Amino acid sequence: MLIPTRILVPGECHGDCVFVEPFSFWGGFDPTTGCISEPSHPSFGLCLSDLILIMVSGRGSSSSSSVLAEGIRRGTAPRAIITRELDTILVIGSMVAGGLYGSCCPVRCVDASHWSSVICAKRLTLLFDTMIAINDDPT
Amino acid sequence: MIPIESAHIDGCLYHGQVSLDFAERLLGWGGKVAVPTTLNVSSLDRMTPSNVKLEKLDWEAAKRLMDAYETLGCKPTWTCAPYQLDARPRFGQHIGWAESNAIVFANSVLGARTNRYGDFIDICAAIAGCVPETGLHLSENRFASWLFRISVEKERWLVPELLYPLTGYLIGSQCGFAIPAIDGLPTGATEDDLKALGATAASSGSVAMFHAIGVTPEASSIDEAFSGRAPKQVVVLDDAAFQDAYTRLNTLREGDTITAVSLGTPHFSLSEFEKLLPLLHGKRRHASVEFFVSTSRSLIQQLKQTESARTLVNFGATVVVDTCTYITPILRQGRNEGAVMTNSGKWAHYAPANLGVHVALGSLQECVESAIQGKVCRC
Repeated sequence: MLIPTRILVPGECHGDCVFVEPFSFWGGFDPTTGCISEPSHPSFGLCLSDLILIMVSGRGSSSSSSVLAEGIRRGTAPRAIITRELDTILVIGSMVAGGLYGSCCPVRCVDASHWSSVICAKRLTLLFDTMIAINDDPT
Repeated sequence: MIPIESAHIDGCLYHGQVSLDFAERLLGWGGKVAVPTTLNVSSLDRMTPSNVKLEKLDWEAAKRLMDAYETLGCKPTWTCAPYQLDARPRFGQHIGWAESNAIVFANSVLGARTNRYGDFIDICAAIAGCVPETGLHLSENRFASWLFRISVEKERWLVPELLYPLTGYLIGSQCGFAIPAIDGLPTGATEDDLKALGATAASSGSVAMFHAIGVTPEASSIDEAFSGRAPKQVVVLDDAAFQDAYTRLNTLREGDTITAVSLGTPHFSLSEFEKLLPLLHGKRRHASVEFFVSTSRSLIQQLKQTESARTLVNFGATVVVDTCTYITPILRQGRNEGAVMTNSGKWAHYAPANLGVHVALGSLQECVESAIQGKVCRC
């Protein structure tokens, strides 16, 4: 299944994905471990490194740009981020890490009409054009 | 693009090598801010350095970052409440501010116009002196879409020190990026009250602007706040909702031993000090409870000229400036050992993750009484 996206930070990748409730990268994500660190978050402790992160948007702190960028520098950040709302704080964090280190964390936005398909996905491919492919095995 | 009158920079707080790499890259390019630019909190207290117990390498990195932003031309204000400084934005002015609580205060309470800018883009806006003419810079995007109606019977929830942070927590956790309007707040709400509401809403959610009907400058009526349109969503905040928010922000129970009290998130204002000082007068904190008040260096210099400093010292209070107790090692107790009372919904929201402490949210009076007794007291 192919779904159109809006490319905010370009890049292609492929991998397992996880849908989580919004969290603030600052105060909610530990860039030394790659884990969600907010104790009251439903996915507290989940390691996001190497996963494609799907969430409606980030939230909270304006320092989240820095924490995401530091996670990308350390190699602990998610492999890619897919949101429904345009969250410029995450976009900027990824762009800066790209500019400074050449490390990439693609960020894409999906229209609300396709959101329910994306959040159920288990594996995704971010294609070079605007599309993402859902690669789940047929059940 | 649209010119901005001022910028406020959040990127001066050290989050790792990336913070320095970015600032020093701008310095290397000869960067200089083009508009008056204030700085948010850092990781150090440069007036009382011993307040902060950072490792040497982190200390040096934090100091290097602070120096870099000063060299870029920013004013060393080191406060998360730039709206409490003498020069603050006027109604309708376009600004480029970062720091979630400052953004929401500027838009909602001052009626200035800023988007939710984050680290990196903040200093870029300051250097460029302009921002894209989008989002909250445009009148048509400043109307509310969600309506929250406060409808409580228990008087406890109407105590200002619970009403505002809990309302903030509730709207932030429900409305995402939408602009909420709140109906039912007292018309006498103070700037300190609205600061507490906005800071908590911008922590539990992504609120960049709220309207309080009959209180904030772009919401003299529901009609004005919504531009005559019907709300997309109406939410009633009742006793059960307030109880739920209160439970989430309190992991300690009445009578539990505490190790510290932390006030001043966002930074304490002069009027908050005026409320606090009479409560401290002639009293002293429990020997095992640390008592912190975080504020700006500009404000503490005003206080030093009065008897206030003596009252704070006699009570055993530690005044923290340039930084805050939940972003850098200040508290004596380490992870999983601390139990801290605060009057700040923002502190109560972030500290369990940042510091690994248990928290109790209470009024100023409860915080002082708890510091004296050494345990969570409810008035």
